[in-house]
Amino acid sequence: MIRSTTEITLTPDADDHRIARYSAVAIALSVAEAAIPLPLPGVKPGLGNIVTLVVLMRYGWRDAAWVSLLRVFAASLLLGSFLAPGFFLSLCGALASLAALAMAVRLPRRWFGPVTMSLAASFAHIAGQLVLARLWLVPHDGVFLLSPVFALAALVFGLANGLAAARWLADDAVDQSSPASGPQAR
Amino acid sequence: MRFADWRCLLRPGDWFVLLFAALLTAALFPLVWRGGGAGKAVVRANGEIVAEVGLNEPRSITVDGPLGITRIEIAPGRARVAADPSPRQYCVRQGWLTQANSIAICAPNRVSLALVGRNRAYDSLNY
Repeated sequence: MIRSTTEITLTPDADDHRIARYSAVAIALSVAEAAIPLPLPGVKPGLGNIVTLVVLMRYGWRDAAWVSLLRVFAASLLLGSFLAPGFFLSLCGALASLAALAMAVRLPRRWFGPVTMSLAASFAHIAGQLVLARLWLVPHDGVFLLSPVFALAALVFGLANGLAAARWLADDAVDQSSPASGPQAR
Repeated sequence: MRFADWRCLLRPGDWFVLLFAALLTAALFPLVWRGGGAGKAVVRANGEIVAEVGLNEPRSITVDGPLGITRIEIAPGRARVAADPSPRQYCVRQGWLTQANSIAICAPNRVSLALVGRNRAYDSLNY
């Protein structure tokens, strides 16, 4: 029998499984977060980014980019906002964050930890969103008048997410140093 | 978890970045108020512009209307209707105008004082 030429077999490797696992956690956090009522559209904690930060610190930028973008797409599909304006704002923010993280991750680890990464990402996120909003949704400089509010949110949630990621990494480091270390070691 | 436990999660550079982010946020805040800063005052009588003056130095403008004289006072960065013969004195009681696109209208005397910013915004928008 001749094998079909259109049949493509994909075998997920360990990297794919790992990225899928982390993405699933990030998506769950994003969906859970959507249930929290928030006073202003655009201001939200971005809890899914905690996972992005952990992946960035452990496995590097490439994996973090996968997890971040998979979360944006999957969470929007689950919440029904796929291809809606909110989705594009989210995507633009995520891309800006990843660009900032690509630079921030090169900083010396001894001095700059997850909180630095988180703040860089959160500020880049609002900057990316504001630029897209200015160019597309509200073509008026008035949107920039909201920037202090978004910056304050980025400061508070950036710090909180960074601390959460640092805590996660620190707790896992303690677990791994004990004899009963999980499969996380690499 | 106590504060000290959280503090040890921050590395030295993190404090620096946090401080920088806080300063950036603080620096953005004046934008909320300054964005509407007014550049000049436009005085109209009977719908026609009678004076257009910058809000740089204090001065006083008097405008004649059907009821009498309206006196408008200009000060650095603000302007007001100081006196008006209108019966209810709404435009006088509005006090100092400081924001761009704010307006005091003395309807009975057909005089208005409007502040405009560097670029004209809309009076109203609808969707």
